[in-house]
Amino acid sequence: MMDAALDVLTMVLLLGGALMSLAAAVGLLRFPDLLSRMHAATKPQVLGLLLFLMAIAVEQRSWAIVPVLIICWIFQLLTAPVSAHMVGRAGYRTKHLRKDLLSMDDLDDVVQHAATRRREAGDRASSD
Amino acid sequence: MMTRQRIPLRVELPLLIWLVLVWGALWQDFSLGNLVFGAIIAFTVANLLYLPPVELSGRFNVFYAVGFAGRFLYQLVLASAQVFWLALTRGPKLENAVVGVRLRSPSDLLVTATGHILSLIPGSLVVEVDRSTSTLYLHCLNVSTSDDAEKVRQNALRTEEWLIRVMGNREDLARLHPDAPHHSDGRKHP
Amino acid sequence: MTVVLGIIAVILGISALCAVYRVARGPSILDRVLAVDVLLAIVGGALAADMVFNGHTNNLVILVATSIVGFIASVTVARFVTEKK
Repeated sequence: MMDAALDVLTMVLLLGGALMSLAAAVGLLRFPDLLSRMHAATKPQVLGLLLFLMAIAVEQRSWAIVPVLIICWIFQLLTAPVSAHMVGRAGYRTKHLRKDLLSMDDLDDVVQHAATRRREAGDRASSD
Repeated sequence: MMTRQRIPLRVELPLLIWLVLVWGALWQDFSLGNLVFGAIIAFTVANLLYLPPVELSGRFNVFYAVGFAGRFLYQLVLASAQVFWLALTRGPKLENAVVGVRLRSPSDLLVTATGHILSLIPGSLVVEVDRSTSTLYLHCLNVSTSDDAEKVRQNALRTEEWLIRVMGNREDLARLHPDAPHHSDGRKHP
Repeated sequence: MTVVLGIIAVILGISALCAVYRVARGPSILDRVLAVDVLLAIVGGALAADMVFNGHTNNLVILVATSIVGFIASVTVARFVTEKK
């Protein structure tokens, strides 16, 4: 009885994980620009991996394996935002962002300001 | 040879404990002998491959940490489902925004942790950080009005508040009072 | 059990196809690297499902290793794109 319940739980967790992969892929396919694709691509994976790892733990029915699964997820938590931030920053800076999709952009003013300042500094350097 | 400061053992201890735990977990063996061997390796690695130490505040509130973990998991599940739903129903017709949020704490650790947590939760993503004013610029899915943007800001500030309650130092805690002054004046809120 | 295995295989297969389409289509190198990351996660999911259905933990090392070093590729490409101008 207990075994059957745990088996069902394992299957549900696996299906959840697979659905999170599907969420990432559909988002990748349908979202209009790089940064919105990034939301779909990197984030559902965090929950997806958690569900897969939980499925493994439930299926093994042992506590000894739990620490290594937790470590695996913690490493994922630590590294996933790093790549997301780097790719997002590169995307913003290399103008892969479609500005027409943005309803507001607080960073734009700052960037414009910095650009004019850099241009002025460049002018001064070249006139010397 | 690099010149380096000696790090006091007390500062290094959290790192060493973490490394020993990772070692034990990877071997799936928490017996004493293995942990001692792991401790030797952790000590050697921490001293040979030098990195600047992370300055912790020395405070850690377990109750708030548990609450924070619960809140994080709840948001993770909710937001993952939301992103899935958006991908299926809205797809290409999506309105996003880059929202600037000025955090309260000047501490690098807290700004990093807040940005990290916000990046992990679907729907917001840190595009740029201004360290001098501890401002995060978040790219947010499906934000079309200034009300939505304000909601994002409030959520970011609440995340920071939780983190401060978990591991902030006393000055940060004092900043949580509504009438406390901001840490650097003269620049307007973005 | 077998039915669930089939459903999961189909879901992961569709996801992998979507990701491969995005790798082929682009438009920029950042999109491609993102799609490759998703592909890696899908493969990780398939490895996990294999472990569950066959009742072993041999692939666990791969999952741990990819969750540690998997981010390096996209960071490298992102840096390359930013520096190149």
